[in-house]
Amino acid sequence: MAEAHPVGFQWVMEAKARGATIIHVDPRFTRTSAVADLHVPFRAGTDIAFLGGLIHYVLDNELDFREYVTTFTNASEIVGEDFADADVSGIFSGYDPETGRYDPISWQMEGGVYEAPAAGQRDHWEPELREHHAAHASDTAGGAGEQAHAPAAPERDDTLQHPRCVYQVLKRHYARYTPEAVSQVCGMSVEQFLEVARAITRNSGRDRTTAWVYSVGWTHHTVGAQYIRAAAILQTLLGNMGRPGGGILALRGHASIQGSTDIPTLYDLLPGYIPMPNAHLHTDLQSFLDADAAKTGFWGHMDAYLVSLLKAWWGDAATPENDFAFDYLPRLTGNHGTYGIVRDQIDRKTYGYFLVGENPAVGHANGKMQRLGLANLEWLVVRDMQMIESASFWKDGPEIETGELRTEEIGTEVFFLPCANHTEKSGTFTNTQRLLQWRREAVHPPGDARSELHFYFHLGRRIREKLAEAHRRGTPTAEQIERDRPILDLTWDYPTFGVHSEPDPESVLAEINGFDADGNPLSSYTQMTADGSTSGGCWIYTGVYAGGVNQADRRKPGSEQDWVAAEWGWAWPANRRTLYNRASADAEGRPWSERKAYVWWDADAGRWTGHDVPDFEATKAPSYRPPEGAQYEDALAGTDAFIMQADGKAWLYAPTGLADGPMPTHYEPVESPVANLLHDQQDNPAREDIDRAWNRLNPAMSDTYPYVFLTYRLTEHHTAGGMSRFLGYLSELQPEFFCEVSPALAAERGLEHLGWATLISTRTAIEARVVVTERMKPLRIGDHVVHQIGLPYHWGSNGLSVGDPANDLLGVTMDPNVHIQESKVATCDIQPGRRPRGPALLEFVESHRRKAGVEPGGIT
Amino acid sequence: MGVRTWLGEWPMVRQATGPDPLARGAAVQSPRTRTLEARTHGADEVVKSVCPYCAVGCGQNIYVRDGRVTQIEGDPDSPVSRGRLCPKGSASTSLVTSPTRVTTVRYRRPYGTEWEDLDLDTAVDMIADRVIDARRKGWQDTDDEGRVLRRTLGFSSLGGATLDNEENYLIKKLFMALGAIQVENQARI
Repeated sequence: MAEAHPVGFQWVMEAKARGATIIHVDPRFTRTSAVADLHVPFRAGTDIAFLGGLIHYVLDNELDFREYVTTFTNASEIVGEDFADADVSGIFSGYDPETGRYDPISWQMEGGVYEAPAAGQRDHWEPELREHHAAHASDTAGGAGEQAHAPAAPERDDTLQHPRCVYQVLKRHYARYTPEAVSQVCGMSVEQFLEVARAITRNSGRDRTTAWVYSVGWTHHTVGAQYIRAAAILQTLLGNMGRPGGGILALRGHASIQGSTDIPTLYDLLPGYIPMPNAHLHTDLQSFLDADAAKTGFWGHMDAYLVSLLKAWWGDAATPENDFAFDYLPRLTGNHGTYGIVRDQIDRKTYGYFLVGENPAVGHANGKMQRLGLANLEWLVVRDMQMIESASFWKDGPEIETGELRTEEIGTEVFFLPCANHTEKSGTFTNTQRLLQWRREAVHPPGDARSELHFYFHLGRRIREKLAEAHRRGTPTAEQIERDRPILDLTWDYPTFGVHSEPDPESVLAEINGFDADGNPLSSYTQMTADGSTSGGCWIYTGVYAGGVNQADRRKPGSEQDWVAAEWGWAWPANRRTLYNRASADAEGRPWSERKAYVWWDADAGRWTGHDVPDFEATKAPSYRPPEGAQYEDALAGTDAFIMQADGKAWLYAPTGLADGPMPTHYEPVESPVANLLHDQQDNPAREDIDRAWNRLNPAMSDTYPYVFLTYRLTEHHTAGGMSRFLGYLSELQPEFFCEVSPALAAERGLEHLGWATLISTRTAIEARVVVTERMKPLRIGDHVVHQIGLPYHWGSNGLSVGDPANDLLGVTMDPNVHIQESKVATCDIQPGRRPRGPALLEFVESHRRKAGVEPGGIT
Repeated sequence: MGVRTWLGEWPMVRQATGPDPLARGAAVQSPRTRTLEARTHGADEVVKSVCPYCAVGCGQNIYVRDGRVTQIEGDPDSPVSRGRLCPKGSASTSLVTSPTRVTTVRYRRPYGTEWEDLDLDTAVDMIADRVIDARRKGWQDTDDEGRVLRRTLGFSSLGGATLDNEENYLIKKLFMALGAIQVENQARI
């Protein structure tokens, strides 16, 4: 955190100054470790073993915050008899080895119905399976299309003694994750592990809370979603969710990566985490809502959120008669994530590509795959400030040097359009704590530089004009008319200003916020309705323009506010700064302790109050119990703090929503130097691979690729370098690509400090300056000594500071839930000296593949 | 310059006789130093902004003179950052004033070996034509079993995490209306 989010880290140091214990668990010793109370080095890719060990320690010693657990979690609910745990084998019930996928029906709770995950179905089940689930759900719920009602409550045992209650199931699942096992798998000592376990359990409960902070490297694994789940289970057991000083804090790496997830430039989502409709399940609006909207909790109002979105996009063309233009939305049929898109580019199944402030030729795993995709396009639009590698690949990419590609044979038409920077346009970023902050335009962009708002607005305007003109001039077929209806009916009329006709960003923010039937800005998403009288482009952002005022531009100085600072910017939802903060009070609504008071029930006033906006219905008493057949939020009790869940509970066991098991299980990384010591199954059996010549994977436990490497960021550079390698100061501060190796590995391989090293994988070989440092510790794993190599991933061929891209060394193998690649752990070989140049590099890499028994590489 | 003035300018004399006996300020200033101004001095306006690098969201004050950014400093009012910036945020003046920044459209024709110039308006018009063409070529009304898809796989988009919410909103809205489902950004890498 001190390295990649240094200014945020000041608050960790503030906490330390007030007595907090700071523990840093990281394979490398970094600037964070230097100021932590304890640094625990361990083997990359073994976090679930470590977190599972902590869960085991908590359960084995009954150190969970029992009153919190019984009040707010599903610990007491009974898991169905059909469920079989992963146990020794490492495979849960429901696995189909032919398809490599799970059917989660056997994971369901006893007496419960099959429920949609809180935020809807995802694409990770095969269409057939999905239909099976839908049929099963409607069977048990009493028929498709029937009015939504509360699902039957699962059976429960509040004493937590029933052998199939979640608490006991969890305890058995993690029984193998003993301190000794953790030590063997992770390479930390038993004493180090116990020191962490004692520190976090001592520091959790009524009076104290512990926070877990991860940077999104936790997601860069074939079991990435389960890493986060493991932390969630631990934090829930310890009562650290929804409370001040608690939580699991994801430190994200781009100025508005949170915003671009909320208002998603992502294939599987609509704004506000509404899933994209699927062709197999969602033939109309009602079937979409039946399959995806939970019947209880605040997701029960997905119809209002979705209809308001459709009204924002298609205005008067969205009517009750046409399902509010639900049919205008394109349908998914499976995974269309970024790596699938690139595979299709290489196969010439898709023709055009916009790159907008992203540099995949350097920043994505398997750079060769990325560049091959670019080289097989018909056209490419790059919008950036500097001449990044993804724009110039046809001229100076690594494949030009090796002769795999020739400039004269690359047919890609490239448009490089300069973009405006953050000082040259107004708009909001959403930071990592869900805070929207408005920036004001300071100067005009130079030359041809324009904002994305300008580019996309005018591009859309021209496309609409061209299509409308074609319809006017020709005799369009019925299919063409139908196909173009969504784009021609689109609300696309923003006021513009200035010589370049810049669209007014505040008018876009107002549309996102939404309007009532009279055209007044909505102040809360609870005002949204499903009858088409309200509109709103992203329901979770409703309120950011309440009262017609840009709430994201609020700038009351922090020094004039309390520590919550509720009058600086605006946090979604409803300006809440800590989610699920109802859990900061006990069942009766009293603060768990004076010290940790945050939000509580004021019985006299009959409402929730406190330091933050309560994340609960303001007047729902703690004593409220839902009547039979209650719907939506009325079905949640006054103690159901997790209001976006259909049952209002934090799930220690997830009967639905995950593609690779209801409880996190340790699997080795796909490229691991050792065998899985906890389960027979070596790696995630549900992971996703792309088996192509340009994406070979290193065999596990390979003598050819014996060392682990991990990639990371430096304080002085940013992601793929487009905003840092071109700047003088930053290039001086970190002038060269390097690899960090331990003195022991340096001795083993003859590497010299400040000399050159060549790193080799089945994908390619790259060179880096050698930094021999005690910051990297060899770890003993069973009979093995595992060496780990650290690689910052910022470099490419362009800019003031140049070097080989570390990501070129990586292959692509993915988590099945979110299709994110395993890029924070892989294997390689390392040799002293520089890499071969030109075609010799290809033969050098191929010779290693041959030695390892891997199929040949190639570009097709 | 008289002898008295010359002597009076001698730093040791200034140190001994002036208000700076420890020689940490005025006593050791040369005339040139005395005329130097902070980069923030004389700004026409100071505009409130947010750092464009990581997701912490540090407050920035943008100093502007004659329509140009002269300096970027941390915003002490921000409860997120309390006026601090990291090396990247501190270098952001050079991000926005970079001499290698590309400010005109660059065009590479198919199989071309060099960049060419192209008028911005022409470029956007050409891109609109290519979108319409790729949309048509990649269009799918239904799948093999007759289920409605109403989409195109003809083109795709990557990026969004460095952009504004309003910009992401227009991208998603436009792509959905065009039936283009392949929209992705840094959240999945």
